[in-house]
Amino acid sequence: MARVLLFGRLADQAGWRDRVVEAGDLASLRATLSAADPELGEALSGPGVQVAVDKAIVRGERVLTAATEVAFLPPMSGG
Amino acid sequence: MIATPTITLTDQPFEPGLLVTAFCTDRQETGAIATFVGLARAERGAAAALELEAYPGFTDAAIGEIAQAAIDRFNLHDVHIVHRTGRIAPGEAIVFVATAAGHRRAAFEACDFLMDYLKSRAPFWKKEHGPDGVRWIEPTDRDRTDAERWDR
Repeated sequence: MARVLLFGRLADQAGWRDRVVEAGDLASLRATLSAADPELGEALSGPGVQVAVDKAIVRGERVLTAATEVAFLPPMSGG
Repeated sequence: MIATPTITLTDQPFEPGLLVTAFCTDRQETGAIATFVGLARAERGAAAALELEAYPGFTDAAIGEIAQAAIDRFNLHDVHIVHRTGRIAPGEAIVFVATAAGHRRAAFEACDFLMDYLKSRAPFWKKEHGPDGVRWIEPTDRDRTDAERWDR
C-alpha cells in the first residue's frame, strides 16, 4: 500500500492529487493506476515525469509499504 | 563560521522590506547584503494570476541544497529564501532572496546564482490563469541558458 501524490498537470488530468493505492511495488502501483485510468497510466510514464519515493527521486523499481509516499512529478517549471 | 540557509515556503503574501530589515539585524562581520525580489507580472492583462504548486518537504529540501551549495561556493555568511506558493496576484512578491557575505561581489553573484537556479530548476509547477483559460508553464530557453552559465 502507498500514498500516491500527483502534481501539476498530472493532478489536473487525473482529477485527484492524493490517494491511497494497494500495491507492493512501483510496477504494480503503475499497473493499478493504469487499469483505473489508462490515459493517466500513459501520462505517468511520459517524457520528463520523475518518481519520488518518500521525497527522494528514484529510477527503477522500489518495494512499497503502507507508510510509503509515492509522488509523480511532471517537468518542473521553476519558480 | 558555519552558515545554514533559511528556506520558507508560504501561501500568504509577504512584505519584502520587513525581511530585509530582519536579515540585516545583528551582524558584526558581514560587509555586504544583496537582495532580490521577484514580482508577479500582469503581462498586460494576459495573466490574471499565477498559481505555483510546491511539494512540501521536497521543494524546500531541494532549495536548501542549492542554498547550501551557494554558501560553500561564494563563502557566504547567510542566505534567506522566501518563496510564495498558491495563487499569486499581479504585483505581489513571488520570491525573496537575501545573501550575506564579507564583501559585495560574493553577495551579488550568489544572489544571481540562486535566482538562476530558482527560475529554471526548483521543483515548482506553475500555472497561468489568463483570459483564454489556464495553461501550465515550463522554463524558457533563456531560463535554462541563464542557469547553465554557472556550470562552466
